[in-house]
Amino acid sequence: MKPLSDPETLAPAEEAAVENPSVGIDQTAGNFTYDVKYEFDAGTGLNENTVRYISSVKKEAQWILDFRLKALKTFESMPLPTHWATKDLENIDFNKIRYYLSQGQKPKRTWEEVPDDIKNTFERLGIPEQERKFLAGVEAQFDSEAAYSNIKDIVAKQGVIFCNSTEALREHPELFRKWFGKVIPTADNKFSALNSAVFSGGSFIYVPPGVKVAQPLQAYFRINAENFGQFERTLIIVDEGAEVTYMEGCTAPKFSTSTLHSAVVELVAMKGAKIQYITVQNWASNVYNLVTKRGLAHEEAEIKWIDCNLGSRLTMKYPGVILKGRKARGEVISIALANDGQHQDTGAKMVHAADETTSTIVSKSISVGQGRATYRGVVHIPKHLKGCKNNTECDALLINTNSRTDTYPAITVRGDQHAVQHEASVSKVSEEQIFYMQQRGLTEGQAMSLSVNGFINDLARQFPMEYSVELKRLIDLEMEGSVG
Amino acid sequence: MSSSTLPATKSIIGAFTAEAFAEHLATHKSAPAWWLDRKRVAYAKFAALPMPSRTDESWRFSNIGTLTLDGFAPTPVSDLKSEIPKPFGLPALTFFNNLLISDRSAKAGLTAKGVIVTTLAEATTQHADLLKAHFMAQPQKLGSEKFASLHTAFVADGAFIYIPKGIELAEPIIITHVATGAGTAVFPHTLVIAEENSKVTVVDHFVSADASAHFACGANDLYAAHGAQLTYVAAQAWSKDTLSFQFNSTVVRRDARVQSLNIHLGARQARHESLSQLQAPGAFSEMLALTVATGTQEFDQRTLQIHQAANTKSDLLYKNALNDSSKTNFSGLIIVDPDAQKTDAYQSNRNLMLSEDAEVNSLPGLEIQANDVRCTHGSTTSRVDPEQLYYLQSRGIHPKTAHQLLVFGFFEEVLNRLENEPLHDALRGLIQSKLGQ
Repeated sequence: MKPLSDPETLAPAEEAAVENPSVGIDQTAGNFTYDVKYEFDAGTGLNENTVRYISSVKKEAQWILDFRLKALKTFESMPLPTHWATKDLENIDFNKIRYYLSQGQKPKRTWEEVPDDIKNTFERLGIPEQERKFLAGVEAQFDSEAAYSNIKDIVAKQGVIFCNSTEALREHPELFRKWFGKVIPTADNKFSALNSAVFSGGSFIYVPPGVKVAQPLQAYFRINAENFGQFERTLIIVDEGAEVTYMEGCTAPKFSTSTLHSAVVELVAMKGAKIQYITVQNWASNVYNLVTKRGLAHEEAEIKWIDCNLGSRLTMKYPGVILKGRKARGEVISIALANDGQHQDTGAKMVHAADETTSTIVSKSISVGQGRATYRGVVHIPKHLKGCKNNTECDALLINTNSRTDTYPAITVRGDQHAVQHEASVSKVSEEQIFYMQQRGLTEGQAMSLSVNGFINDLARQFPMEYSVELKRLIDLEMEGSVG
Repeated sequence: MSSSTLPATKSIIGAFTAEAFAEHLATHKSAPAWWLDRKRVAYAKFAALPMPSRTDESWRFSNIGTLTLDGFAPTPVSDLKSEIPKPFGLPALTFFNNLLISDRSAKAGLTAKGVIVTTLAEATTQHADLLKAHFMAQPQKLGSEKFASLHTAFVADGAFIYIPKGIELAEPIIITHVATGAGTAVFPHTLVIAEENSKVTVVDHFVSADASAHFACGANDLYAAHGAQLTYVAAQAWSKDTLSFQFNSTVVRRDARVQSLNIHLGARQARHESLSQLQAPGAFSEMLALTVATGTQEFDQRTLQIHQAANTKSDLLYKNALNDSSKTNFSGLIIVDPDAQKTDAYQSNRNLMLSEDAEVNSLPGLEIQANDVRCTHGSTTSRVDPEQLYYLQSRGIHPKTAHQLLVFGFFEEVLNRLENEPLHDALRGLIQSKLGQ
């Protein structure tokens, strides 16, 4: 944690933009792009040829091409969900988006093999030298393809498969084909259909029965071309009794025109398996981040989504768990911070499909300036089940007088054998708390920052150490200039 | 008329055709031109608007397939022989299939203090300005613009209640609307204007005189001026084959307080929409509802609390008890406008599941655009607590009685908010008779 007495951290936003060692992360570091020579580039716009092109570059099997083409038809036939979602979706120009590009490089293994410009990106993100060694084990996604991976070798000794989508579908179809597109069907929504048509990159993971992966598997994503959409596809299958934690963090360069990010993440937890999926999303403020994430939990399995949304122009993301087996458990921890011009439309879906399944949703959102944070949730308990439980808590913090928050839960319960509760509250930072801290010599900004961090503290603690430190820094940055 | 050639396509106007509307207007020839014009505008709107569709958010979870306007006659012949239940005592006004059959308002001594308790028909000529300002004057924001327009087009009569400045009435004003005969369509309306610092309780009792299928499309407009205290109770006990719509609009002005309690017992499918607008500082709206759902009944409740001014308060508590394969939908929204600082808003939906085939959908929503507010909502769904049941049984109480006691305990929290003791008892009696069925 940063020292509170450090005046640097509380300088106004413009000053914070310069190198600031105590903050560690320069917020404008993402505002640049590299002159990359794209060896493979599908051009802008989307049609059957784009899809065929992507598939042929990836040397995919026929069934994948068929899957993509079918998805394209579905995408074209589905309307935008603006009857419930924000009209801002209509501002996406699908014809101006670049659906695929690749550096044409093979995934790298060692730090030395990583191109200098990627190393430079890490540099600009302010990741310390020691941490970089640790990050050598990170699956870093540079543009559409994974740039390097190293941890792969370590976990491979346990029989864990950790690779990108192209490689996984080519090398291990017997493992991945069974669940690919099964947790989230192509036609689930317009954007899952889009992803199914043009996906590239992303992580496919298989953990064999009983294997507990000690360290979290990580992936850093970057978008690095103007008008370029990123469509990762992630599928994690954790076999009986196995456990894994997966982390993804995102930063993106800032562009003048909007960028679209539309990922699909599918998790499958077999009997007694445990999956923890951690996301820290900090896209540039012109990115549309429209992501479908869902897990399938078999008997006594546990799926936990920890989802933190700080960046993007519009994020629509509702991680879900289908509780398919008896005593399965689902959990979503969601933190959202919406600043000026941002709309964080996040939430959770819990679909109970077996007896004695339990689910928990905890959502905390912070709206700063004209920012808008929305919670949207579904809890579904169908007929003839027994002993299902859901507990949902949504707390919203409004910082400025014109900040906005919405809550739209939908709860369906059939039968008398369940207990479901939902609670939500909206509040502002207590004036008394601020006054108290100011009396102790903190500036109003420092006090505000501390209060906001306190609001999410119990959730932030659930993140791995380096993520929660990063989160605190990011919140400090976002809070700058929000008072006074 | 319309759908005979195309049986598969549901008509969007059903029996409420242009001919039927012309016939309706013909029976109201003596009404003032502005009133008839309003009806014509409303009818055009009704006929033009589509039926609700599956993708319509304000109809999410509603059973759209069973909404039909076919087979109902807007102007049926009334049969006055039936006995009308009077759980609340003698009504001031009684309407039978839209027609006034009994007016005891003068006898009840109400008019002495300048209070006006009269019919809508009378008000169109005698109190036109008030009617113009308040009758269906608020926006329809909850999804039933079509059916609210139908109400305005076909409304034949109803209650018009005006409480002058500073007048306080201790006794509730009871209005009874009766429907009888298969296919009867009724359009009950109650308009209450409580002037500055007045106090009044109005009870609407909706009841069927027989078990046949009716179509009820009612509305009430409540207006509480500066410092007024208005309590409104609606007990809906239509026959179990009735299709029912009720639209409520509540406007609360400075330091005024409106308490509304809706008891839902009857109908096969009943939709209730309630809009509260808190327009000036100090305004308080308390929105209460109790639903006893049995058989295959479906109750659809949609609410909207709009805080348009600073320092306003709203408190919503909707409780549902579900038996058999019944279904309830609750969709509530609190909107806090950008300048409505110091808003205190609460919204709570509690569902008690008494059967494994019952279904609850709960959508408690918030849209907050001001930061200095206290807004919370909650929704719970569970069954009768087995420990409490065990406790009562261990005291020698029969399981069935114990169960009933606990269900009543669940409702009592709402009923206790009513100040008027006899009213409280009458409502409890109504609920008891439904639960005992």
